[in-house]
Amino acid sequence: MTVTEEAPPAAPVTEPEVRRASARRRLVPYWLLLPGILWLVVFFALPLVYQASTSVQTGSLEKGFEVTWHFQTYWDALKDYYPQFVRSLLYAGTATLLCLLLGYPLAYLIAFKAGRWRNVVLVLVIAPFFTSFLIRTLAWKTILADGGAVVDVLNTLHVLDVTGWLGWTESNRVLATPMAVVCGLTYNFLPFMILPLYTSLERIDGRLHEAAGDLYATPATTFRKVTFPLSMPGVVSGTLLTFIPASGDYVNAELLGSTDTKMVGSVIQTQFLRVLDYPTAAALSFILMAVVLIMVTVYIRRSGTEDLV
Amino acid sequence: MSVLRWIRRNLVVIAGLLTLAYMILPNVVVMVFSFNKPKGRFNYAWQHFSTDAWKDPCGVADMCGSLSLSLQIAAWATLGATVLGTMIAFALVRYRFRARGAINSLIFLPMAMPEVVMAASLLTLFLNMGARLGFWTILIAHIMFCLSFVVTAVKARVMSMDPRLEEAARDLYAGPVQTFLRVTLPIAAPGIAAGALLAFALSFDDFIITNFNAGSTVTFPMFVWGSAQRGTPVQINVIGTAMFVIAVLVVVAGQLIANRRRNSAR
Repeated sequence: MTVTEEAPPAAPVTEPEVRRASARRRLVPYWLLLPGILWLVVFFALPLVYQASTSVQTGSLEKGFEVTWHFQTYWDALKDYYPQFVRSLLYAGTATLLCLLLGYPLAYLIAFKAGRWRNVVLVLVIAPFFTSFLIRTLAWKTILADGGAVVDVLNTLHVLDVTGWLGWTESNRVLATPMAVVCGLTYNFLPFMILPLYTSLERIDGRLHEAAGDLYATPATTFRKVTFPLSMPGVVSGTLLTFIPASGDYVNAELLGSTDTKMVGSVIQTQFLRVLDYPTAAALSFILMAVVLIMVTVYIRRSGTEDLV
Repeated sequence: MSVLRWIRRNLVVIAGLLTLAYMILPNVVVMVFSFNKPKGRFNYAWQHFSTDAWKDPCGVADMCGSLSLSLQIAAWATLGATVLGTMIAFALVRYRFRARGAINSLIFLPMAMPEVVMAASLLTLFLNMGARLGFWTILIAHIMFCLSFVVTAVKARVMSMDPRLEEAARDLYAGPVQTFLRVTLPIAAPGIAAGALLAFALSFDDFIITNFNAGSTVTFPMFVWGSAQRGTPVQINVIGTAMFVIAVLVVVAGQLIANRRRNSAR
């Protein structure tokens, strides 16, 4: 606007053109945003509204569903399926913790120790992605099979006695137990932990390590006081990228677990696609969304990193 | 004693390599079992070596059809998400506009939501609209969840671009279209390519959202899921192995070309 006002009066003919051009320029971002944002509004935000309305409907498939503000559905869903909810959060939390413990050394290795092997190791981290994750998850059925090498070794070392006592495994087998499910979840979401960790570790100036060493910090202290705090953004986004998908996952629970390891994703899927009890399914899905969003918000606030996007 | 000290000193490397082994192991199993000749319907226990499945990769009913459907959907979803996502990324970095906060959260939320929630809610929309589930509903869903990832990838690249390069192009009398095609786009290309690759991988491998919104259409991941109940043909492992080998070859070739270019530039 200021440009047109300050334009010299000597060229009054061009003034409307200039104004039109600048108005057009101001509209550019909206035109760029419009199609994509519209897509997200119609196919992401609007469905959530429909789901909210479905969750307070009552009726049946034959007679049709009607909005009756029947909030009882939420209560019933929670009452019937809280074990699956607790299990989902527990399994996803454990898997996230394991991903962090397993992924951190590897990310550290790639960032600081790999040297000219860095790209090779990075490719090896991403490479498993190229085989469909369902096929790879099925491979764990072979690896953890009863009488297989892994189970035999764990039995000889009496590890399965301990895990059995803890309730993670049953009767000296791994397959169809919580341990198998957590193992599958950890495996499937490890790259989502490693890549953000690597990105934030790679940004750390190597001279900081030298400086810490010069100031008589032991390697452990250097890690605790310098490296780990500086990698916090990677830790936060890595844990989120692992926990969120893991909490809704039902593939690992169905393929590697048993009926006793069902997660809430399984329930939603069954209610929606087989039982066709849409209100219950919608309510469950809504509760899951709320729980995850609340946990994520609290977590981001606590860790003090707001710039994730 | 010295062994212990060596282990202590290289603890990080050993732990890292163990994790890497954990991540690679299933791929090795998939590869080895693509040469298996299983006794029953399931390919979980090793019997004896055979190349039967490799000689007849499409010998299983409906599998290659589902594979080509998945590839088609992934290609279209990549195209759609990349175009829409790149536009959004440019708008976010280069322009000022209203409701930036709301738009940012609309882009962030799909990545912060369990897949099953998006899957279920999208299905309620389609059911309410009376849409026929199939190719189109899958494609719509895939573009939706790939979009945010493309935006993030492209945005990172555009943000690190030096705006003076475009100013220089304009100073040298390049028109806006010319500046965009010959300066902006080539610089942003690696980010766009990364976004597109990510979108392709996400779309091709997606199971949960697809399973909800596919109706009776069967994509490759859905075929694998179904076979886990009915019996797993060895051909699944053949496809898995082939995809793995092709992808690794493409990555290695890309690295070699990049290295050669860098060397010749020196």
